[in-house]
Amino acid sequence: MSVTREEVAKIASLARINVDEKDLDHMVPEFNNILAWVEQLGEVDTSSVEPMTAVIEQKLRLRDDVVDADPLTGGGKRDAILANAPVAEHGFFGVPKVIE
Amino acid sequence: MSNYRIQGATGEWEVVIGLEVHAQVTSKAKLFSSASTEFGAEPNAQVSLIDAAMPGMLPVPNRECIRQAVRTGMAIEAQINKWSRFDRKNYFYADLPQGYQISQLYHPLVGEGALTIDADEKVGIPEDKVIRIERIHVEQDAGKLMHDQHPTMSYVDLNRTGVALMEIVSRPDMTSPAEAGAYVRKLRSILRYVGSCDGNMEEGSMRADVNVSVRKVGDTELGTRTETKNVNSVRFVMQAIEHEAQRQVDVIEDGGTIVQETRLFDPNTGTTRSMRSKEDAHDYRYFPDPDLLPLELDDAFLEDCRASLPELPDAKRARYTGELGLSDYNARELTAEVETFARFETLLAATAKGIGKPEKDVATQVANWSLSVAPGVIKALGDEADIAHATAERQASILDMQAKGEISGGQAKEIFEIVLKEGRDPAEIADTEGLKQVSDTGAIEEAIDTIIANNADKVEEYRGGKDKLFGFFVGQTMKAMQGKANPAVVNQLLKEKLG
Repeated sequence: MSVTREEVAKIASLARINVDEKDLDHMVPEFNNILAWVEQLGEVDTSSVEPMTAVIEQKLRLRDDVVDADPLTGGGKRDAILANAPVAEHGFFGVPKVIE
Repeated sequence: MSNYRIQGATGEWEVVIGLEVHAQVTSKAKLFSSASTEFGAEPNAQVSLIDAAMPGMLPVPNRECIRQAVRTGMAIEAQINKWSRFDRKNYFYADLPQGYQISQLYHPLVGEGALTIDADEKVGIPEDKVIRIERIHVEQDAGKLMHDQHPTMSYVDLNRTGVALMEIVSRPDMTSPAEAGAYVRKLRSILRYVGSCDGNMEEGSMRADVNVSVRKVGDTELGTRTETKNVNSVRFVMQAIEHEAQRQVDVIEDGGTIVQETRLFDPNTGTTRSMRSKEDAHDYRYFPDPDLLPLELDDAFLEDCRASLPELPDAKRARYTGELGLSDYNARELTAEVETFARFETLLAATAKGIGKPEKDVATQVANWSLSVAPGVIKALGDEADIAHATAERQASILDMQAKGEISGGQAKEIFEIVLKEGRDPAEIADTEGLKQVSDTGAIEEAIDTIIANNADKVEEYRGGKDKLFGFFVGQTMKAMQGKANPAVVNQLLKEKLG
């Protein structure tokens, strides 16, 4: 599997990363090197191996349904949330008008 | 099979409909953070560092959201997957600062299930129909954008960001707007019975993406479908389908082709318009979320979910018609909404206890009272009625007096009126206001004797075979008793005396 110059440009655009035309030239072979390496991994027969989802044996932890249980992961911190926003007005984030 | 058809210039077309319903899960905190889910807060007041996608934050799933989705799956008799996993659906938009939605594409929590929409001849559903549900997965809701508050900016409120959603995906099993409407109503009813979603479509707790395609009657291949996003009422779902199906037929018959695309429904015009061409699934670049381990559920958790399920709409309806002997109509009306059956069952229990009979013996009386008599009185009173006064005990007391023949149906209504206005005790009202019917045979006999004496000619005619005159004697007796005589007693005494 390999990608074309157009495909790399499209992936960049989906990720909203601005890539110069000249950078595409060296990115295409970089992408293809990575893909080739992953393809090489695919040559190993893993049909009898359980997929590994974590390096150490552990399970997904679940949380109780309690509001603001931990101040670090709760709400009610609007000023902190908005502090880094380029524009914040009336308690909202302000972003360039996006309408479809 | 629905007979919904669109008459085109080139022949008859049928419609194929699938629905993706997004239902907000009832929980106090969000799916991956402990920020509140409450509706109507100040903008961005309920946003955690996780919801705002600050660097270094890790999502931890809320057990209650998982539990509610599992219970919902069980309510539609779906397969529950003890092993499921969260994936990232990548897209770039200001309503989700992560740049991706945590969803479940490859391994959803709930697999194949089904629900049954009820036959309704009036709207073209001749018999009960099973609609298959492909899956239910759990995912994050996105925030809200407001476009009309500023000339050059959109405002973003992330309070809804991260609230848990169930995406309930049907198979394309519906073939008319009416079936789609019935499906949404039934699904909403089940969700509200289960308590996993409040079903409030106006507040956006439930919204549907409507997939529509058309094909010539008899064709087996599916046509190209369009997806109309975020339709937020049953009526709009039906309107969107009607419009979209007709539009597709027109396009095809004019020599065009249908483009697979996302469309928007405009409630003001009842029409749909193109939003954006649907990115192929690839564009979302789904992949398993590396922040979250697979979700593994044990038997104890599933058992707890199953044990907590209430009696569901279909079972309840069957019990109402079967055990309680109610009519199909009454059973359907009473089981449609959670509030309705809850009020009915409370009143039924209180009435049965008061009268000292099994519930099935008083069920029809209580059903008629609940569905028609009481709402009629409340409606007629308008603002004068204080519903808080209409407790189950007071209503049961009225039904008790009526069942014992102490008051007539008319008097029951009058007493209920006073209860609604003043909150007094029904038995006291009946005494104080003279709203009781006379069952005392002495007084009634006296009245009848006088009437027979004064209408000798009519008595002769009646005895000569003019049966219809019986009504005349009943009327005269009731009049003499000022309408307060027990009709059953009057009938019985008249029959005896007229011979």
